[in-house]
Amino acid sequence: IDFAKEGELEQKKMVLVLVLALGDLHIPHRVADLPPKFKSMLVPGKIQHIICTGNLCIKEVYDYLKSLCPDMHVTRGEYDEDPRYLETKTLTIDQFKLGVCHGHQVIPWGDLDSLAMLQKQLDVDILVTGHTHQFKAYKHEGGVVINPGSATGAYSSLTYEVNPSFVLMDIDGLRVVVYVYELIDGEVKVDKIDFKKIATTHSTH
Amino acid sequence: MPDFEDEEKWLAEGIAGIQQNAFYMHRALDSNNLREALKYSALMLSELRTSRLSPHKYYELYMRAFDELRKLEMFFKDESKHGCSVVDLYELVQHAGNILPRLYLLCTVGSVYIKSKEAPAKDVLKDLVEMCRGVQHPTRGLFLRSYLAQISRDKLPDIGSEYEGGEDTVMDAVEFVLQNFTEMNKLWVRIQQQGPVRDREKREKERKALRDLVGKNLHVLSQIEGVDLEMYKDTVLPRVLEQVVNCKDELAQYYLMDCIIQVFPDEYHLQTLEPLLAAFPQLQPTVDIKTVLSQLMDRLSNYAASSTDVFPEFLQVEAFAKLSGAIGKVIEAQVDMPIVGAITLYVSLLTFTLRVHPERLDYVDQVLGACVKKLSGKVKLEDSRATKQVVALLSAPLDKYKDAVTALTLSNYPRVMDHLDMETNIAMAMVIIQSILNNNTCISTADKVETLFELIKGLIKDLEGTSNDEIDEEDFKEEQNSVARLIHMLHNDDPEEMLKIINTVRMHILTGGPRRLPFTIPALVFSALKLVRQLQSQDGDVIGEEVPATPKKIFQLLNQTIEALSSVSSPELALRLYLQCAEAANDCDLEPVAYEFFTQAFILYEEEVSDSKAQFTAIHMIIGTLQRMNVFGVENRDTLTHKATGYSAKLLKKPDQCRAVYACSHLFWVDDQDGIKDGERVLLCLKRSLRIANAAQQMANATRGSSGPVTLFVEILNKYLYFFEKGNPQITTAAIQSLVELIKTEMQSDTTTLDPASDAFFTSTLRYIQFQKQKGGAIGEKYEPIKVMFTQKKQS
Repeated sequence: IDFAKEGELEQKKMVLVLVLALGDLHIPHRVADLPPKFKSMLVPGKIQHIICTGNLCIKEVYDYLKSLCPDMHVTRGEYDEDPRYLETKTLTIDQFKLGVCHGHQVIPWGDLDSLAMLQKQLDVDILVTGHTHQFKAYKHEGGVVINPGSATGAYSSLTYEVNPSFVLMDIDGLRVVVYVYELIDGEVKVDKIDFKKIATTHSTH
Repeated sequence: MPDFEDEEKWLAEGIAGIQQNAFYMHRALDSNNLREALKYSALMLSELRTSRLSPHKYYELYMRAFDELRKLEMFFKDESKHGCSVVDLYELVQHAGNILPRLYLLCTVGSVYIKSKEAPAKDVLKDLVEMCRGVQHPTRGLFLRSYLAQISRDKLPDIGSEYEGGEDTVMDAVEFVLQNFTEMNKLWVRIQQQGPVRDREKREKERKALRDLVGKNLHVLSQIEGVDLEMYKDTVLPRVLEQVVNCKDELAQYYLMDCIIQVFPDEYHLQTLEPLLAAFPQLQPTVDIKTVLSQLMDRLSNYAASSTDVFPEFLQVEAFAKLSGAIGKVIEAQVDMPIVGAITLYVSLLTFTLRVHPERLDYVDQVLGACVKKLSGKVKLEDSRATKQVVALLSAPLDKYKDAVTALTLSNYPRVMDHLDMETNIAMAMVIIQSILNNNTCISTADKVETLFELIKGLIKDLEGTSNDEIDEEDFKEEQNSVARLIHMLHNDDPEEMLKIINTVRMHILTGGPRRLPFTIPALVFSALKLVRQLQSQDGDVIGEEVPATPKKIFQLLNQTIEALSSVSSPELALRLYLQCAEAANDCDLEPVAYEFFTQAFILYEEEVSDSKAQFTAIHMIIGTLQRMNVFGVENRDTLTHKATGYSAKLLKKPDQCRAVYACSHLFWVDDQDGIKDGERVLLCLKRSLRIANAAQQMANATRGSSGPVTLFVEILNKYLYFFEKGNPQITTAAIQSLVELIKTEMQSDTTTLDPASDAFFTSTLRYIQFQKQKGGAIGEKYEPIKVMFTQKKQS
């Protein structure tokens, strides 16, 4: 056993990279606020990055999210008050390239094949997108598409029965564990999905 | 006018005098020389005859004397030392020359006398308290009587004490203390009248320094074991109040009323509310009654909170009625009381009511009503302290009940709010909304919603007298967003009631004017859409009842509501809302309604959306929505898709045109079983977008010397693949192949801009094709004819 390498391994494990992905809050157009149970879970200092798919919609919500974590990436939803958010954004976290886009730009809405095209276009391993208010974590040949749903369970013309949900990604080297938190009948339920990336090619399986 | 330095000098002289005589007195005590002891103690006490010291300084002198007198007392006590019986001693000291020393010595002997038990305590005490009348100088008299109080404290003929007398023993003790108290108060009040008028402030300062001497007596009274509720009610309180009222002195009255309340148990106060409260209107008009009354009510509130056994007592003595009556009388009597004083009183009363009788909303409303009465006649409140108190008054029920709905039932609540100035009114409205949001309160009837919106009308619309100049943008946004949030807290599961609520809200927010509508209308629209969805899942009309809430009715309402937005220059927002309604109408199977909403959206697009970026987004919203519509018949669908594709091709920038047009291809292919699958028109769209992409390349070439990246072509290729896989027979492998070759060629061309992003995009698209080929089975077969070779990157 190479002691040097082992030490490296340990060091790596200690660096926690948690990425909060959420969106479609639609405050105050469609709801008054985040569910109290979510608010009590989302405390500052625990998260390293925030990815927000858009439709916050007001500055107060932006400020609140920023207070949870200063490294925040927002893309523009069609109801967002601030016109300066970008249509798409890409960023690299550890070994993963992530892309963000609200999703109202990709027609048909919610169509995974069309989203896959966007993913290829942005050249990212993980595409985070919203608009449908329905949680999805979908793996295809070109990568992973994640939709964190609506963090407030806001009304959607595309989805009936929306449960509030958000996603937490634990990125560790070539592995990402996706935790999805859903508020169902007043209780927070958690589920998790594992994805691994093969370092040699640029694709995630 | 004596100044500080002079006083210091005199004090020093006085102390020196005491010390000197004390020295000789000690010598006399050591040698058991009674005569000498008396002589020098008298001389020592003569220092207390001074008129030149302020109360603070006199006190220092007094304390020195006091300490020395303790030694003297010990000497007196030990008959073996001086050989004089206490009775004789009592007589002997009365031969002292001046009255003040005489009386100090008498009191000192008196202490010993009582301890000896050779006479009943009551007799000695009575004698002493009477004798002290001899000193009428206020400061000297006060300290003398204070001395009497001090030495008699542990010798009162209380029940259970060793000095207990006959059956009236407690009365005797009480009588003694009351008399001393009364005389002390009179002396204390007299200080006010001493000296010239210009020194008034100085007098008051001196009096304040002395007040505890007087108040101590009340404390002593409260400590007498034998004073039960009965005696307090029948004797103590009436006598004390009598003195308080009769002395007609502002300082004394305020201090003593406060003292009474602090010193005697709350249980007693509760049982003597009537006489206690009856005294207030009799006090001098300048007395700060509100503070004392507030203190009383606070104490009673705490008492009520201390145990549940206590509650019935409050009801039994009708505490609330008495307190509110008393306050009314005080306010009536003191015509010059500033408004802030009156409001503060009501705040205290309200606090009391909320703590002691929280379930009695009628009491709470009564207090608010009394406040309204006091406020009426004034226009708007201008005094900021009074305003603060009114806000406290209005916030109290919100905090207590944590349920703004309860506050809504108080009929006087809005009337109080009406008296606030504009700014405070708005601040208070925000407090109410915050309370609802924080407590997750649901307002569930149209009536309550009506009341609520009346209350917060300062936020809802411009009231008279507002000037727009002073409005802070940030604050205004925050306020309107709060109103929007509030709208989501208004809900009833019964559709009829919910529709009434929606109509009520609508009525109110439409008065808001152009600045407010973009904030409030979206919230209302989505609230209505939620109701539509709820109705969808329910069954049809109930026959025989009044026309029930139907989706159709709600859509009519929505149409009119969103219309209001279009007239206040928020066309993009209105367009999105129309499309939301179209989708909802689609889900309700209402084709004409859905068509109408699309018409409105298109009209807005045509007439109001002129910014090219906004147009791009807007047309995508239209296409995306239209793509999901399944309610349209062929004709309607054709009209709308024709419009959509037409506008797509007319976007300003070529790349935008290209993208919008290929998005339109999806209008002709819907993936579910009944959906349209018009392969030809799909291909037409894709070919059209290809032509546009080409044109874009050429134009770029011509104007800039090099054409743009191949991204657009790759996107179109991906669309070809999409429809190919879906089974569009019009999309052939040949077409795909030629598009692949086209892109490769473009990439090799000199004039094409190098772009790693589009390279990677193309590569991953090719990789995808490869992946599908390698899948085998039907899909593999389908893709088989397409040849993919990964190209070298162009070297420059």
